Amino acid sequence: MEFLSERARQKLKSALLILSFFVLWEVACLVFKVSEIVLPRPTVILGALWQFFPGIRPHLIQTLYTTLVGFALGVGIGVVIGAVIGVSRVAYDTAYPLLVGFSSIPKVAVVPIFVLWFGAGTTPAILTSMVICIFPIVVNVATGLATTEPELEDVLKALGAKKLDILWNVSLPRAMPYFFASLKVAITLAFVGTVLSETVASNRGIGNLMMIASSNFNVPLVFAGLFLLAGLGVALYVIFSLIERRVAGWAMRKQDFAMG
Amino acid sequence: MMAAKPDTFVPALPPSAPERARPLISLEGAGITYGRGANAVEALTPTDLDIDKGDFVALVGPSGCGKSTILKLVANLIRASRGHVFVGGREVGAERVGIGMAFQNPTMLPWLRIRDNIMLPLKIVEPFRSEFRAKRKTEFRDRAEALLEVVGLKGFGDKYPWQLSGGMLQRANLCRALIHDPALLLLDEPFGALDQFTREELWAILQQLWMDRKPTVILVTHDLREAAYLATRVCVMSARPGRIVADDAVPFARPRTLDMTFEPEFVALTQRLRGLIVDARTGKV
Repeated sequence: MEFLSERARQKLKSALLILSFFVLWEVACLVFKVSEIVLPRPTVILGALWQFFPGIRPHLIQTLYTTLVGFALGVGIGVVIGAVIGVSRVAYDTAYPLLVGFSSIPKVAVVPIFVLWFGAGTTPAILTSMVICIFPIVVNVATGLATTEPELEDVLKALGAKKLDILWNVSLPRAMPYFFASLKVAITLAFVGTVLSETVASNRGIGNLMMIASSNFNVPLVFAGLFLLAGLGVALYVIFSLIERRVAGWAMRKQDFAMG
Repeated sequence: MMAAKPDTFVPALPPSAPERARPLISLEGAGITYGRGANAVEALTPTDLDIDKGDFVALVGPSGCGKSTILKLVANLIRASRGHVFVGGREVGAERVGIGMAFQNPTMLPWLRIRDNIMLPLKIVEPFRSEFRAKRKTEFRDRAEALLEVVGLKGFGDKYPWQLSGGMLQRANLCRALIHDPALLLLDEPFGALDQFTREELWAILQQLWMDRKPTVILVTHDLREAAYLATRVCVMSARPGRIVADDAVPFARPRTLDMTFEPEFVALTQRLRGLIVDARTGKV
């Protein structure tokens, strides 16, 4: 079991490195006497988080809810568009330029339009996080579906396989690693979208909380919001990584897969 | 694709008929041209070729001469621009003939165990398809295991493709091509990427499988020893645009052994084939 202890040691090492980053931050702030208005120390931020947590909680739930709904919608739409693009040449030629154009628009510019249509609040936040996730998912799903080996396709077609057989047995499983890679990108982007919209036009959510806190010069609370967002992002990323391991583990490092 | 008119062609003759049975595969002036007008490239000049049921035909020739094209025509993966391709007495595609195919690239699916990879055709081809759920843990599984044993992969069914060497993957590839007992086995340079020893071992296995099951085999290869060792007939093709320039029966008794490949008659045959291909390459034929 030398392998496992080696692995554990590696994990420990990286955990220590991450921790030392925060320690360094703390020490640097103390040594250079950085004002709390400019950059609060990690301990102060955690203190603020603890102190204000009852007030923060509804905002946290609001942001998490908005993000997950937007993300789920984005994934659903992205998979459908990606599948169509990956399978059909015409759809590829039509939809790709549109998508590239649309995703090049800064999403800040889109939020006011959503607000105009749906009013301030939850809906624009959901929509913003949705549109921001669609593109990476579409691109990855389409690429994944398009990478079936031509020889294998010939083997299956010679057997009399229908397009749907090939899609189901070969293309979809093969697209899984691409799909999960895009999910991990999309979930982090979804938070960006939500917070962006909350900052511009909402009275709830962590984005809104940070806006209010910064206008009150409660900088530790602003950073507490940032920490929470980062924490949520990491947590969801980890969840998707675990699912990925189960569903598409074959594409990861062979050694780990064999052990699992 | 299924536009063949059934009434145009007489179905296969009953066994009592005095004439020789129709060939299983028949190319009648089948040719392929890619592109149109001035840009047209002829890949295969109109070709006639009859292959009897249970025959083992090797197609050899310079690279790019259309050997694989013939394979794809027979598998109905591409359509002839001219002429006709008949399989089982009817225009290709009209009759469901069980086809197994294997290429140089083993294309095992990395997320499936070897056994499940081999059972993939059973998921797709009738009559296995409708029984797949019921029998995949029993009868079909045994079937896969038995085939694995024949090719020398006993006990490897639970492994994943990346755990196997190239030679082992190619053995598994043969199993996948044969699991549904196809009447027609199409092999496109299946052993091209293997070392000499593994290749020779697989020749013996393939010969044994063919002798036991008697599928009709078309083998595309660059290796003349391979062609002469395995095939009952060797067809030599000319350089692009391809056509068949020689069609030799290989008379040696079965089962053939590797030692036979060093005997004078065998060497003479491969030399003759080599000469034909060299001529074909330089355009003398």
